[in-house]
Amino acid sequence: MDKFEQAFQNKLDNEEKIEPKDWMPEKYRKTLIRQISQHAHSEIVGMLPEGNWITRAPSMRRKIGLLAKVQDEAGHGLYLYSAAETLGIDRAELFDQLHSGIAKYSSIFNYPTISWSDIGAIGWLVDGAAIMNQVMLTRASYGPYARAMVRICKEESFHQRQGYEMMVSLANGTEEQKEMAQDSLNRWWWPSLMMFGPSNAESTHSAQSMAWKIKRKSNDDLRQQFVDVTVPQAEYLGLKIPDDKLKWNEERGHYDFGEINWDEFWEVVKGNGPCNKERLETRVKAHENGAWVREAAMAYSEKLNTAVNHK
Amino acid sequence: MLKQKISAYSILLGDQSLILGQRLGELCGHGPILEVDIAMTNIALDLLGQARLYYQLAAELSDTYEDEDQIAFLRREKDYNNCVLVEMPNGDFGDTIVRQYLFDVYHLMFLNQLKESNEKRLKAIAEKSIKEVRYHLNFSGDWILRLGKGTEVSNQKIQKAVDTLWPYTKELVQSSELETEMHGFGIAPNLADLEDEYYRQVKSKFAEAEIKLPEDKWSQIQGKKGLHSEHFGYLLSDLQYLQRSYPNSKW
Ligand SMILES: [Fe+2]
Ligand SMILES: [Fe+2]
Repeated sequence: MDKFEQAFQNKLDNEEKIEPKDWMPEKYRKTLIRQISQHAHSEIVGMLPEGNWITRAPSMRRKIGLLAKVQDEAGHGLYLYSAAETLGIDRAELFDQLHSGIAKYSSIFNYPTISWSDIGAIGWLVDGAAIMNQVMLTRASYGPYARAMVRICKEESFHQRQGYEMMVSLANGTEEQKEMAQDSLNRWWWPSLMMFGPSNAESTHSAQSMAWKIKRKSNDDLRQQFVDVTVPQAEYLGLKIPDDKLKWNEERGHYDFGEINWDEFWEVVKGNGPCNKERLETRVKAHENGAWVREAAMAYSEKLNTAVNHK
Repeated sequence: MLKQKISAYSILLGDQSLILGQRLGELCGHGPILEVDIAMTNIALDLLGQARLYYQLAAELSDTYEDEDQIAFLRREKDYNNCVLVEMPNGDFGDTIVRQYLFDVYHLMFLNQLKESNEKRLKAIAEKSIKEVRYHLNFSGDWILRLGKGTEVSNQKIQKAVDTLWPYTKELVQSSELETEMHGFGIAPNLADLEDEYYRQVKSKFAEAEIKLPEDKWSQIQGKKGLHSEHFGYLLSDLQYLQRSYPNSKW
């Protein structure tokens, strides 16, 4: 171990943050770029399924709540792209990776939002699952990432409460609304559990990320924590979680739950989910349609600069 | 009765903000630049917030409507009194920003007058909204310059958008019967007073942006009387979908 490596390791051991100017192993940098950009892309692609309901939101209050939420996700994307940029890569390159399909984003956003209650279910379950992961990341060893996460977590927990509150309204509503809410839970439950990634044994990046203190808890532990928190919330709503094996285990002090369909998980990761193509095409289209705007903005600011320099 | 008329007037004002906010809401997640996406969504949020204030006041005064949502979601097409400009489709970013700019110039001038209204609650809404709309106008005005003077392509796009949207500006500065009556009571500004200043500002900005203005601004467009474009019905069918499909539900 040379002295740079030693200094890096000491910082990790002492729970000090690694900052952009510090020496870091190339693989640590690469891992972070991959993870942070994947996270940023998830925020941006995640705007699409929810954005799908902005024009149809059923009340003024809900419309504003949803619009503000989707806007928050854009903000999260922005902080995270900035955090990734501190590692020496720029946003344009990250976008290229997303648009060419090299970079991944969270598979959950490849499922469609086909009813209004899906918006409630996403806030409750998807933002809820995201928080489990992200609270852990506020303690990640890389400073800019950890700090971005602190800001993001505050907003995510607001999203989770807003989503749950929507579900409460529906669950206490008409028969049709209750049915709508149950249907959303049926469709979003399993994909939400998949959000934590494959089981510890199957997860390729987990062990190294834990050693580098980027990740602090295993996928399975986080998933268990999510199930334990969410089951009583579903009970309060009077909705049934679509899992016959779900049962409180006194001995473990946790809920037991059924087997996740990992074939489905890997298929969606590979691009065969219900909306993979559509999501990516929408992003690419927005980017391409915006090209002339970005070019014009650049040309204009160059003109201004030359004007200033000639004075 | 005056109370009912103030309610109707407040609905008209709310409609401008709701419909433009609804249009901008379609764009969230599809912007040309992430920062622009966020900024445009801010504008949409401000407008929807203003619509709520106008509708809440209208509902309070009204014998017909119980709450803001009944006003926003459950009226017939011809009962919406927004000017046609704000319902025009988003088109490309050039169309969106020109529509925004043409409305913002009017909107700020209008609110500056409305804050002198002797109807205290409208005055309060105007005072709150002015700060927001000043920002909207800065944003859209900057983009008019940037795109007008940026590249040949962007200049053409802005030019095309101006050519299309220009006829819709006239309606902004022409009072409907209701607005004239409200002016008589000292509640609403006289829109004709805004006309010269409106066109002066807009012309000078477009001249700076190297955009030519069409000569003729005569038009028969009368959204404020409930005569809308063909686009409007589609906008309403999205807006009203859930309220119409699941009547008497709480959300
Ligand atoms: Fe987020
Ligand atoms: Fe969120």
